[in-house]
Amino acid sequence: MSSDQTMRDLMANLPVPEFESTPWASPPPLAQATVAIVTSAGLHRADQERFVGRGDVSYRMLDRSDRELILGHWSSNFDRSAYVSDHNVVYPIDRLEELAAAGTIGAVAPRHVAFAGNQPDTVSEVRLDTGPAAAAELRADGVDVAILTPV
Amino acid sequence: MCVLAHVLEEAGIATVVLASIRPVAERMNVPRVLYCEFPLGRPLGMPDNASFQHEVLSAAFDLLEAPEGPVLVDYPEIVEAFETPLACALPPRYDPDIAPSVDEAQGLRAAYDRAVARRGTTEVGRSISADGVPGALADLERVIAGEHWKEVYGPRLDTLAISHDLRSYYQEAALELADGPAPGARQVEAWFFEETEAGKTLAVARDALKDQDAPDGIIFYMVPVGR
Repeated sequence: MSSDQTMRDLMANLPVPEFESTPWASPPPLAQATVAIVTSAGLHRADQERFVGRGDVSYRMLDRSDRELILGHWSSNFDRSAYVSDHNVVYPIDRLEELAAAGTIGAVAPRHVAFAGNQPDTVSEVRLDTGPAAAAELRADGVDVAILTPV
Repeated sequence: MCVLAHVLEEAGIATVVLASIRPVAERMNVPRVLYCEFPLGRPLGMPDNASFQHEVLSAAFDLLEAPEGPVLVDYPEIVEAFETPLACALPPRYDPDIAPSVDEAQGLRAAYDRAVARRGTTEVGRSISADGVPGALADLERVIAGEHWKEVYGPRLDTLAISHDLRSYYQEAALELADGPAPGARQVEAWFFEETEAGKTLAVARDALKDQDAPDGIIFYMVPVGR
């Protein structure tokens, strides 16, 4: 069995927080929408604090112009080589710039968000504290749509 | 990611998750999910392939047209991991008086330095810098030779960080040395654990730590699950 299949099988049955309903935001047409990336890859600039490991519920705001970012998610169980070759495979910021230049999306958000995945099973702090704080920062920047990329 | 989708939608931001574990996404009532069966660590599917990445993003943005949710769509193309070791030559033995892993790591330093200069950053640095790589391997060799880990490291041992730095150092050197397009997922991992002295040392040290009854938290993330 492949390593990825082993991990998918392991994670398929993890306990997850229950949500009884599905919230639903209605965005403006894509050509007018400001789009941000939210990733759980733990990306950060060299001058930002590192993610410390499991249970780190903090997040880093990444500027639109940041490129030389460190992949801070600490698990040994996913492929890290692709990110070293091309950050867009995790953080498609150059693709968003191209879509904005072509008029497909309205704008690239001025700031993007990185959390580190592999959180404790309840995820309550992200749900109640740091997640809403990051969302408020994006809203303050006028973000309408977020693409979420896990590793 | 699925939790953040709930949080962001409640704040008025429409989300699309490029999910990698379908059953988790199914169970969490996430508003919009594009399930992408790509290698873990590659949510956009393929590095150095802008057109593929644009197709994935386009499929994700299409979900914003749905009038109501939850919406879960499978991306039609599957990308498989490729677990054959990367073809990457290792430096010849240089100093017979030091452990093979230490010798090897020193021999890769020039390639690592070129990689850092080209990319402008490095993943090494969680616990040690590149200068600390040979010493970190020498410490693992001491554990393998029978010294108790507390004698080598003291009470606090962050093998996760050490393992991360060793793998990153080798990975960055290997991507610099290997010819051709970016390798498939897990090819660098397979090269490291199956072909390099450092990778073998890490795996054997993990087994030695197990025999010394080191706590699971120290051992579990030293090597990937299944190795």
